[in-house]
Amino acid sequence: MSITHPGFPDPVQDSQACFRAVLDAMARPGQVHTVTALDPPPMLDAATAAVLLTLADADTPIWLDQAAMAARDWITFHCGAPIAAATAATLALALEPVRLDAFPAGTDDAPELSATIILQVAALGRGAAFELSGPGLAAPAILEVDGLPAGFVAEWAANHALFPRGVDVILCAGDRIAALPRTVQIRQAWFGKA
Amino acid sequence: MPVTSANPLDRRRWMAVLARATASELATSAEGRLPVFTRLRGPEIGLVMLRGRAGGTGPAFNLGEATVARCTVRTAEGWVGHAYCLGRDLRQAELAAALDAALQDPARQSELDVAVVQPLALAQAARRDTLARRAAATKVQFFTLATMRS
Repeated sequence: MSITHPGFPDPVQDSQACFRAVLDAMARPGQVHTVTALDPPPMLDAATAAVLLTLADADTPIWLDQAAMAARDWITFHCGAPIAAATAATLALALEPVRLDAFPAGTDDAPELSATIILQVAALGRGAAFELSGPGLAAPAILEVDGLPAGFVAEWAANHALFPRGVDVILCAGDRIAALPRTVQIRQAWFGKA
Repeated sequence: MPVTSANPLDRRRWMAVLARATASELATSAEGRLPVFTRLRGPEIGLVMLRGRAGGTGPAFNLGEATVARCTVRTAEGWVGHAYCLGRDLRQAELAAALDAALQDPARQSELDVAVVQPLALAQAARRDTLARRAAATKVQFFTLATMRS
């Protein structure tokens, strides 16, 4: 086991501040929030690491993709989260494109049993523009994301159609996060931010 | 990134000695011998559940919680040291973790073992011995008719 990097400098305050950022991001889909800076392991962005430290614990089986496996020791040490298969995960960490339907979408009786996917992208606030609408948005919002997987919009439409089932996605890049709760509808926008 | 080469039994022995030593004992005996380190986690205070087995063999049950201070550090050379100490002494946990890291370094192990671990182990054994003697002096032998007859 090789742990090379620390967690939050101030675990209580920092994880609460990050939790607040995740809540706000979920409540206002597409809004970009900045999270506490920390010194993450090399393959993770600061935001990805902060969200993991905030949400993952011994009760959240986590699935890691091939690239994220390099951070496995760090996650095990700081979060204590067990590593799980995709179909049994409540959290998923993806540094590379993944299929949304690989993860549990919950059941109609218990939609909260679905997975939350932490997806690390190249950048938020620049790149391809997406038009978001749905609960939490009085008017459609524009979210610019660089590095979303190809075919994401179609996959998301299928995910959205499962409501109340479906997965939620937290996008992380650098020290910024944005969330895509299952309630939001996404269209490729042909215009950027004015 | 060095991976520990320490014999698990050796490491268990020195970690137990370090965990029982007080912060001031550790600071005195390790003065000038501490490695350069950064904190990976803690030092922080928490609770651990102590589990017991009735008669030593029965099913495990939760006996109660104990307060522990724990710390994990990483030295400049990359050795990772851990410490879990009963009580709330954060300084003790940090020093013990730093010494655990340094003791895994083959270059420093024997020097630290002789200078820090062995004297502390002797002092702890002496303390235990004194306590056991004081307790033994107050021990009362109960003789009953049944035992006297046999």
